[in-house]
Amino acid sequence: MKNTVSTNTVSINTVSTSTVSTDTITGTRREVRRDILGAPALRPDGADKVQGKFAFSSDIWAEHMLWGATLRSPHPYARIVSIDLSAAFDIDGVEAIITAVDVPGKKTYGLISSDQPVFASDFVRYVGEPVACVAADHPETCRRALAAINVIYEVLTPLTDPERALLPETPKIHPDGNMLRYQKIICGDQTIQGEIIVENTYELGMQDQAFLGLEAAMAFPDSGGAGVDLVIATQWIHEDQKQIAACLDLPVDKVRVTLGGVGGAFGAREDISLQVHCCLLALKTSRPIKMQYSREESFYGHVHRHPAKIWIRHHATNEGIIQRIESKMVFDGGAYASTSAAVLINGITHIQGPYKCESATVHGFAVRTNNPPCGAMRGFGVVQACFAHESQMDKLAVACGLSPVEIRLRNAMRTGDKLITGQVIESVAPVERCIRETDAIPMPVPLARDANPLELVGGSGLTSLPQNIVRGVGWGVSIKNLMYSEKFDDYATARCQLHDGIVNLKFATAEVGQGFVVLAPQIARSVLGVDEVILDPVDTRIGSAGSTSASRQTWMSGGAVDGACRLVREQLFEHVGKIHNIDPLRLVIEDTDIVDMIGDFRISVIDASTGAHFDQTFEHHHRPTEELDENGQGNCHVAFAFVAHRAVVDVDVELGLVKVIQIATAQDVGRVLNPIAAIGQVEGGIAQGLGLAVMEEIVLDNGKIRNPSFTDYLLPTTLDMPDVIAVLIEEPEPQAPLGAKGIGEPPCISVTPAIAAAIRNATGRDLPRVPIRPQDICL
Amino acid sequence: MTPNTEVYQLNVNGKKCEVRDAWIGESLLYVLRERLGLPGAKGACEQGECGSCTVIMDDQAVCSCLVMAATAIDTEISTVEGLSVDGKLTDVQDAFVNEGAVQCGFCTPGLVVAVHNLLDTSPTPTDIEIKEAISGNICRCTGYGRIFEAVRSAAATRQETNK
Amino acid sequence: MTVAVPTSLSDALAAIAQNPAAQIIQGGTDLMVEINFNRRKPTDVIALRRVLELREWSIAKDGSTITIGAGLPYAQMEDDEIARLVPALAQAARTVGSPQIRAAGSIGGNLGTCSPAGDALPVLSALDAIVHLRSSTGARNISVHEFMVGVKRNARAPDEIIVSVTLPIVTGWQGYAKVGVRNAMVISIASCCLAVDRTNSAIRIALGAVGPTIIRCRATEAWLTSQLDLSSVNTVSTNLLKEFGDRVAQEAKPIDDHRSTAVYRRHAVSTLAKRLLTRANTP
Repeated sequence: MKNTVSTNTVSINTVSTSTVSTDTITGTRREVRRDILGAPALRPDGADKVQGKFAFSSDIWAEHMLWGATLRSPHPYARIVSIDLSAAFDIDGVEAIITAVDVPGKKTYGLISSDQPVFASDFVRYVGEPVACVAADHPETCRRALAAINVIYEVLTPLTDPERALLPETPKIHPDGNMLRYQKIICGDQTIQGEIIVENTYELGMQDQAFLGLEAAMAFPDSGGAGVDLVIATQWIHEDQKQIAACLDLPVDKVRVTLGGVGGAFGAREDISLQVHCCLLALKTSRPIKMQYSREESFYGHVHRHPAKIWIRHHATNEGIIQRIESKMVFDGGAYASTSAAVLINGITHIQGPYKCESATVHGFAVRTNNPPCGAMRGFGVVQACFAHESQMDKLAVACGLSPVEIRLRNAMRTGDKLITGQVIESVAPVERCIRETDAIPMPVPLARDANPLELVGGSGLTSLPQNIVRGVGWGVSIKNLMYSEKFDDYATARCQLHDGIVNLKFATAEVGQGFVVLAPQIARSVLGVDEVILDPVDTRIGSAGSTSASRQTWMSGGAVDGACRLVREQLFEHVGKIHNIDPLRLVIEDTDIVDMIGDFRISVIDASTGAHFDQTFEHHHRPTEELDENGQGNCHVAFAFVAHRAVVDVDVELGLVKVIQIATAQDVGRVLNPIAAIGQVEGGIAQGLGLAVMEEIVLDNGKIRNPSFTDYLLPTTLDMPDVIAVLIEEPEPQAPLGAKGIGEPPCISVTPAIAAAIRNATGRDLPRVPIRPQDICL
Repeated sequence: MTPNTEVYQLNVNGKKCEVRDAWIGESLLYVLRERLGLPGAKGACEQGECGSCTVIMDDQAVCSCLVMAATAIDTEISTVEGLSVDGKLTDVQDAFVNEGAVQCGFCTPGLVVAVHNLLDTSPTPTDIEIKEAISGNICRCTGYGRIFEAVRSAAATRQETNK
Repeated sequence: MTVAVPTSLSDALAAIAQNPAAQIIQGGTDLMVEINFNRRKPTDVIALRRVLELREWSIAKDGSTITIGAGLPYAQMEDDEIARLVPALAQAARTVGSPQIRAAGSIGGNLGTCSPAGDALPVLSALDAIVHLRSSTGARNISVHEFMVGVKRNARAPDEIIVSVTLPIVTGWQGYAKVGVRNAMVISIASCCLAVDRTNSAIRIALGAVGPTIIRCRATEAWLTSQLDLSSVNTVSTNLLKEFGDRVAQEAKPIDDHRSTAVYRRHAVSTLAKRLLTRANTP
């Protein structure tokens, strides 16, 4: 008996959804509802997921498949002297071994600049860099084959200190140099000296996305090697397709990419990991290849959040009004470029936070080192900036004798304010409301003297008693750009077909857990008055949807689905108008009927579309943006969202241990399209921000990851997660197709500084670095 | 009795399953997923630190990645695929879907198994008991809020049904 | 390649006598990690999961000791009776990994792996446990102090199986506490067991994760015995408590690693010891 979840066809996880007479429990009341926009619609893949039937990319199995595995560099920087594959080839069950010489097309890839080798051939630049791949009959055979490959390295002195990478005399570790990007922002009066000046240097460690579903893919070669199908967990199938095709030297249409079930992403699946390797092995062996990283390998196999060092000085009046910011920001990009250039721009353009500021001097550097490559992670450069500016706001508050709330209210930006890039905030900007609504959320009850030990710091470790614990409160507020920036046209495509009252939607939008599969049918139901919506497989047989990142899919792919459905609705109205001799402009959708606004004509959408077939495709483009000029001026971002967080923590001050008790938050969401999905994004983002605040860090030693496992890279558990009380602020965004802003990233951004501030409040320590370790608090 | 790994038998979801030509080091997780066509249990850490691979072995919730498959003979193993008797969702599964406890869903099968085990042994758990019972199941998407709601809701439904 | 799954202790002993090189697997929570992480490739395995004799526990007829089977899962050590007789052991068991790990892990595994971070080990050390080993040719009962030889090294002979441990049932307060950077499912970066023996006016302190193996603070114990009347609950002065903490810290031999620093570990274990002493003397 074999795994029957998938077959040799690559259509997986097709989803059919219908809400006819769906019961839902709302409080104690049961009511029938239609899952239109705004309803608490349920995930159409939920039933499969709770039964273990949903096919994640790691669940795919095929007849005659082989396993692929990757040999990685043990050194942070070394020259490859020789690679001897002969002993590995001698192992029974080994079918293929490939290295750089087997890459038929472009030898490198990369999201922004193509500087990362498919396989290292001359130098390895980070621990974990791929050197070779094997295909064999069993994962254990693969491991033995990898062990039998003999690579001779000439070990070189690695560059692991980002500050040293800035120095001109430091030898270049890559032909493209050690500076991935430098950008400054110069604006306003450069001579202002505030009555109040506060400054500090802040640091953030390297965070891992730590999605649960490890990198996995299956490649199916065409007979004769003319093309390949790849089923993969990724964030952007068209970008994968483009990069894979170039490396394979195949026409783009010969590389067909299908989204496999994705077990979380958070930015870590934007870059190429095993895509090219898996396709190469399939073409080489003419057999399906399954590749799946282990957790340890996953830590080496994808990019991480950039560690950063940020010096920042605020000038303000005695009343606490910010006049000028000076900052130097250094992001460690690791060995290859990935998205460092864009992360840097996000960092420097958000360093003012959600506060008015007329003058700024900011220097941003993204540098190359022999550390693991860094790239996208939820929050994308803004997490780093926010930790610095929010820590500064509290310093400013103390210096001015104001409360954390008051200093933020006094400086809160509004729609129409100008950013330090010169860009005017056109988005709805309810910063003040975010702060006030958060402030209005009740504080948690004080710690009980007889509290259950599991509710105390240390939990079942019986570490702390109530008398060891001090409670603290802290604030964080943030601004986050939505969509891609700097002239990038990250459009999204969707196709809508209507027949017999049933809608088929097709798009290439990667569902990574965020819930586009629940939103898209809601849109179709709202626009077209249907109930049954079928989602076609997500693959490259339609135009790009762009990446599932940058809080962009609700806006972009949502806009595309909305647009395609509206085009179909026009066709439907014309069709009905012609048959019933009514001006189509008089027709509207009411629930599941088409009605004449003026007369009393009414027909159900099912009846109206029976026997007909409407088919429309729509591309949604956001408004164009500009590149930054030499002084960092330009309308580089599309739109912005805002959020406030208040953290309450219990700290065992003597041992430096922390338990977060409550997070109160009010988030600017534009419009709530699905309350269940929205709260899920808010709570999930908060958990990740909490992780960065107190426990999550990739520990490096000379470029090598010391903790590449879930025993030592700690993620928040149920007993680490506080109560979350969230207010979703609905002020519809005029620019957004559905009035809704992206909500994925903001929750994880200002919660980190809020928790840090709460720990400072409890301990009186400066704590300029996250994650905050026990020894930072108590030693 | 000394079975070598040429062939051994496992009892999974009430059925006897034969495993042939296996490597000795294969975990129960690997055998379920790659040899027995039961990919419901997921692998995410390979060291018992995430709970995604949770199955029930002789009435105990265990991490199947830490069970050497060839040693699991003569035990009763149930996986997420075996929870539902008639193809309908169980109360716990239903609650997970209805409360929004599922996002990417990778942790979900392990959690569903762990929650079944909890409610079977402790039908009216307190909030802190719920948190401790699933503290070995890492979820990276949800921040656990909707998962707690789902467990509370499933417990309440079960209470209601058993009245 | 063979896997033996004996159903009795005698079968297990026969199997290991036949093949002393075989790998013994109890709960699997350590060995399987080694295999999954490509660090160990066993050829022959003897699995003890079905040896029910190893999963029993009993109290001596005279009530002076409790003997716990090496394969008794931690989950079962939270049993009310064990928690009443050896509370520190029940507390330590509760802190092991996750519920899933506690359903599989056992004292035999902790002893076999002999990691200084093993949660049960400071309790065994503080209570001067006796480790019972059996082979097909005989039995050995050795002190846990002799059993734990070094980092992940123990005194088990290749043909021996760890059968059980015997702990004294002591009158007096005892407790276990641990520091980790997470509020659940965490490996200890410092742990401490403190047990007062009122009958013998003695105190025992053992430290985990702050040395190559479990550290028994004998010097501090002797000093404290001279300072306090341990036959009853005392008021511990601030000065005494501070000196006690300093002495415990001196006995620790922690290192810097990716989990923590030596300085923090020394501070943490000293703090835990002080807290346990305070708890022991809280009426």
